[in-house]
Amino acid sequence: MTIVAQLKDLTKAYGSKIVVNAVNLQIHEGEILALLGPNGSGKSTILKILAFIESPSNGTVEFNGETVNYKKTERVRLQSTLVFQKTTLFSTSVYNNIAYGLKIRGVPKNEREEEVSKALKIVKLQGFEKRPAKKLSGGEQQRVAIARALVLKTKLLLLDEPTANLDPKNAGILEEVIETVNRENKVTIVIATHNMFQAEKLPHRIALMNEGKITEIGTPAEVFGKLSKNLASFAAVENTFTGTAQPTAEGTTIVDLGSNVHVEIAELREGETTIFVNPKDIILCQEPLNSSARNVFNGKITEITDLGNLVKLKVDVGRAFSVQITKRSYTEMTLTLGSQVCIVFKASSVNVF
Amino acid sequence: MADILGGIIEAFRLIATGNPELYGIVSRSLLFSGTAVILAILWGTPLAMLIAIKEFRWKTILKTFFSTLIGLPTVVLGLILLLIFSKGGPLGFLGLLYTPAAIIIGQALLITPILVSIGISAIESVDPEILNLSKTLGASESQAQVSVLKEALNGIILSDIASFNRAIGELGVVLLVGGNIAGGGNRTDVLTTAISRYTAIGEIDYAIALGILLMIIVFAINIIVVVLRRANYIVELAKAPYFKLKTYRENKT
Repeated sequence: MTIVAQLKDLTKAYGSKIVVNAVNLQIHEGEILALLGPNGSGKSTILKILAFIESPSNGTVEFNGETVNYKKTERVRLQSTLVFQKTTLFSTSVYNNIAYGLKIRGVPKNEREEEVSKALKIVKLQGFEKRPAKKLSGGEQQRVAIARALVLKTKLLLLDEPTANLDPKNAGILEEVIETVNRENKVTIVIATHNMFQAEKLPHRIALMNEGKITEIGTPAEVFGKLSKNLASFAAVENTFTGTAQPTAEGTTIVDLGSNVHVEIAELREGETTIFVNPKDIILCQEPLNSSARNVFNGKITEITDLGNLVKLKVDVGRAFSVQITKRSYTEMTLTLGSQVCIVFKASSVNVF
Repeated sequence: MADILGGIIEAFRLIATGNPELYGIVSRSLLFSGTAVILAILWGTPLAMLIAIKEFRWKTILKTFFSTLIGLPTVVLGLILLLIFSKGGPLGFLGLLYTPAAIIIGQALLITPILVSIGISAIESVDPEILNLSKTLGASESQAQVSVLKEALNGIILSDIASFNRAIGELGVVLLVGGNIAGGGNRTDVLTTAISRYTAIGEIDYAIALGILLMIIVFAINIIVVVLRRANYIVELAKAPYFKLKTYRENKT
């Protein structure tokens, strides 16, 4: 197996704060590798170092079999590109945005036009060339940013939380794009994400990160299958909780998450258990629902994040749950910070690790 | 009152009939101030870029220095330059005093603080990620800086226009180092100094005509800029000259 890049005892510190701590990592040609961990675990910093726009404080990076000299990165930078979490576009047309890197590489005009149109097709934005890039919707803007990176055909494509602030439609398109370019163009991709679902679906391998270190690395099945203790260690991942499981007489299990929050799950478990509830699987209501769902909690809204068509709410029911609802429901329910609400989810919607 | 009215009527007649003396002065003004702005852009824009992008110890002090200089009385700058260019002065041997070159240098120095200060704030208001973004797409350090400059283009063009207006309407420096020479092959009288001379010798119609032309120039430039800015053409045109205006109009609606 060919190794595209290799981090050896890589450490990065800003002042006295160590953000990446003696990390060893190999990136294999043609793979999708996910760096999964909470915010501040060092994922983005590793991506910036691999994009050669940040230099390591200690340790080395081998790229294409050669040790990278971080004082002279102009040439090696041409072979690796990074798409930022926060979409950044030049204030010009979509075409000029995507053609930028090709121009730098001296690609002739007619080839540039062809490549841009191909890249736009991949991200499903055909014919958008002349549109002013900054007037597109958030999801479309992020797709332009991805197209701008794809068109360069670099050895390494780095994506920092590519779908973090996108609505499901745009997120879906992007995930499909990532899969396609990896499969068809054999692009090696490293994705930083804190979205467990994305990490389970997309990548060939997952590196679990916490506090600047890689705690586990393996296939999704390996990492999700047997590493509940480590998963528990990054509590910052949305809706991931660890508690003590106790089987019930009815054949289900109650997990005590503390603060008087007891979650019913559909599997038999005992002892320390980590659970995850997808924010999309939670129903938000203003009064307790009379339904078949086993988990009903009362709480109040402590945080509201606008995601375009969707709104993400944090509801404190003793433990803080993230809930995702549509903008329309949000406005119709006239929700505000501090609103008393109720969250409902089925026992079978709880993922158990 | 009749004098003023007569002066105004005569002034319009002079403008309308294309009086060569009048338009000679106008073209000198445009030439001197235009050259001064280009000169000042050559050193002012890189300086603004350097101060805005680099982190160094005296950054704040330097920024304050340039913004303070905007308010420098032009007569004081004129006096300093007069002393430097005069026969006994350090640059007296160049023989620049009372020549067009002295006017151009004087105006260029006068507008440098405006160019640098507005330039710095325009560059600093650009998304700081643009520099890194350009690099991830393969740009070298200097190519990445050019990208930042392009993003700041709107503000930079604005500072160029403001500088030109300041230069063409300037009297103090021009009078002191230019000398307001109205004859011979190396005339140094421009719109502002000629207005003051014609007023002094009582040729009020010429003074009014020049005043009107000066106002027309300043207004015309500002109106053009406002119109172009509103249509967002300036930035887009400067960046992508091959785009058709038509496309942008269609997209705006």
